Amino acid sequence: MRRKYTGLRAWLVQRVSAVYMFFFMVFFLVHFAVDPPQQYPAWHAWITSSAMSIATAAFFAALLAHAWVGLRDVLIDYVHAITIRVALLGLVGFGLTAMGVWVVRVLWTRHG
Amino acid sequence: MPNSQKQRPVFFNLAEIQLPVGALTSITHRIAGVLLALGIPFCIYLLDLSLQGSSGYSRVIALLDYLPVKGAVIVLTWALAHHVLAGIRHLLSDIDIGSQLPASRRSAWIANIGGVAVSLFVAGALL
Repeated sequence: MRRKYTGLRAWLVQRVSAVYMFFFMVFFLVHFAVDPPQQYPAWHAWITSSAMSIATAAFFAALLAHAWVGLRDVLIDYVHAITIRVALLGLVGFGLTAMGVWVVRVLWTRHG
Repeated sequence: MPNSQKQRPVFFNLAEIQLPVGALTSITHRIAGVLLALGIPFCIYLLDLSLQGSSGYSRVIALLDYLPVKGAVIVLTWALAHHVLAGIRHLLSDIDIGSQLPASRRSAWIANIGGVAVSLFVAGALL
């Protein structure tokens, strides 16, 4: 079988993104439990610090990729009419891409 | 018409479907995943607002105190807790931990009950 038809890449994306998101969320929750940012300045400084903004951008990249693979699987399983399936996949792809652009803008433009 | 075709069931009785605990974990993993995907734009919106100065930050705090938002947070907490627990179960079975039926049924129960338990805990803290 040709590699592009095996679904191996989607399988791997799902697992790598899941593991990264798991550790990011554990870190996030532990930080909130141990040293919660009290007011706006502390929250803003924490999120926009260079390490945290990179880690957060990577989290959203993992999240959007994970959502794409998952939603694609759901649509392929339940929507059999090919035109509706392609239209919905296009809509999901567009929506997730737009969210990616949005979150990058949020993380970059709120630096000041 | 061959006899075998005549005897096919002509009704589809949902109550007669056997849904083992692992199948329940599997379908709720999916439903939770779709709910979480629907929650992404709201999450980005709150992040955006929270970083727009002190007033935006205070609006996020105020929004999280609003009852329908609390309800959404509780539902999404269930979805996240269940999805993470069922996902860990999935990854462990990838490396052959808990693939046998008794262990698999036990971990399915843990994921189903654990998701509800976490959301009840959060509901208790929020309400």
